[in-house]
Amino acid sequence: MHDHNSLSASVFRNTGVQVSKCYQCGKCSAGCPLSVEMDLPPSQVMRYLQTELAEDEEKVLRSHSIWLCLSCEMCLSRCPMEIDIPKMMDFLRQESVREKKNHPRSKKIIAFHRSFLDSIRITGRLYEVGLVADYKMRTGTLMQDVITAPGMVTRGKLGFFPEMIKGRKQMKSIFKKSIKKEGEK
Amino acid sequence: MKIGYYPGCSLTGGSKEYHESVTALAGAFDIELVQVPDWNCCGSTAAHNLNKTLSLSLPARILALAEKNGISEIVVPCAACYNRLTMTQRELNHDKNLRSEISELLGMPLSGKTEIFNIIQFIQKYISPSLPEKISKPFEFKVACYYGCLLVRPQKEVLFDRPEDPRSMDDIAAAAGAVSVEWPFKTECCGAGLTMSKTDTVARLSGKIVLEAVERQAEAIVVACPMCQSNLDMRRPEINKVTGRKLDIPVIYITQLLGLAVGLSKKELGLQRHFVPFRLEPKAANTSAEKREEVKANNLTEA
Repeated sequence: MHDHNSLSASVFRNTGVQVSKCYQCGKCSAGCPLSVEMDLPPSQVMRYLQTELAEDEEKVLRSHSIWLCLSCEMCLSRCPMEIDIPKMMDFLRQESVREKKNHPRSKKIIAFHRSFLDSIRITGRLYEVGLVADYKMRTGTLMQDVITAPGMVTRGKLGFFPEMIKGRKQMKSIFKKSIKKEGEK
Repeated sequence: MKIGYYPGCSLTGGSKEYHESVTALAGAFDIELVQVPDWNCCGSTAAHNLNKTLSLSLPARILALAEKNGISEIVVPCAACYNRLTMTQRELNHDKNLRSEISELLGMPLSGKTEIFNIIQFIQKYISPSLPEKISKPFEFKVACYYGCLLVRPQKEVLFDRPEDPRSMDDIAAAAGAVSVEWPFKTECCGAGLTMSKTDTVARLSGKIVLEAVERQAEAIVVACPMCQSNLDMRRPEINKVTGRKLDIPVIYITQLLGLAVGLSKKELGLQRHFVPFRLEPKAANTSAEKREEVKANNLTEA
């Protein structure tokens, strides 16, 4: 690592992942179930980080790929250098949100994650009806899954009320402190 | 006998039948599952995608609650929750400073000694030893055991089975009378958490898996994860659209398969809750051993 301000240096500080270990064999991209939909397959993300050029780092943080990554861990399980790409992807996603560089097509994915976290911040457990309603409001996808929903009701899969845990105050404090701590990075 | 239990959110909502079948199966083996009191959501993909601290502190609260209540072993049937809990425990045990930071953030002590079992490990330890004598209706069908991602990966962290061609679930299914097909998609990803935000992608990935199981002549897909189950089952209309086929293979939990084999009813196991109807009828054992050998031989010739 040469440049201490580079994105790869920051990846190393926060995750312990050394991008310089990658020798571009491409097994991660070959095994990745989503590489066909990606603008940058995982091995290219690695390469762009290795150059430490600002323009390449920008491509990584603005890529659609980091949001398509499913965290399925296939890349790590096949990497001959055992590089923890999924852990690095988590950090890159967080960094791209921190720097407000997230890809326009990641909006629905992020909206879903935010709806999910909001639901558990308030009640402690996920309330699926609340999650879906909140997600639809955020994304305007009101008609999605209107066919699936009645089937879930008749099969007794949807609860009509959220389950509230007793430690809701503690949950709020966990969220507050976690958000503060991540903001300090 | 009592053992700790973390159902997780899916099992209280959209995947209620997994919870029903886990508790019914445990009951049939005189095991009482004790829920971690006041448990919270593990944070799932949302937390580890957006906030590292949160992704550790949410599972850590569950583990701290287990310790506080004297629970030394917990079974976590959801593969995603199991993965989050295991990864958190390993990361915090590896980095003592981080562990005290998180423990301080929670305001709860955390020793990191809880033993965490996924459903397969739970079955291996507590069900398998007395399974043979309990089987009354062997499940004599061809099955494709589908493990998904999070049970077996990352292999150095979860330390469970082989990441490419795992066998543990196949062995359990075989002990209950099933014949498992050899197939290459045991640990391919179903699309998991993108089910709402990128349904087309999930349909493509899950479609590949369902189609392959059908082409290998499996009569049921057997899973151990609520996300895999709902993507392969509930997303079937989208899957059929993508594959251009009418695929009607049912997707059941390993706990439902075992439950049927030990004589529990379909209703006790929540089988009526699946979207793709489950129509297989296991029969009471009589010719079983012989028939099993026959099916096995046929299967080998075809493969």
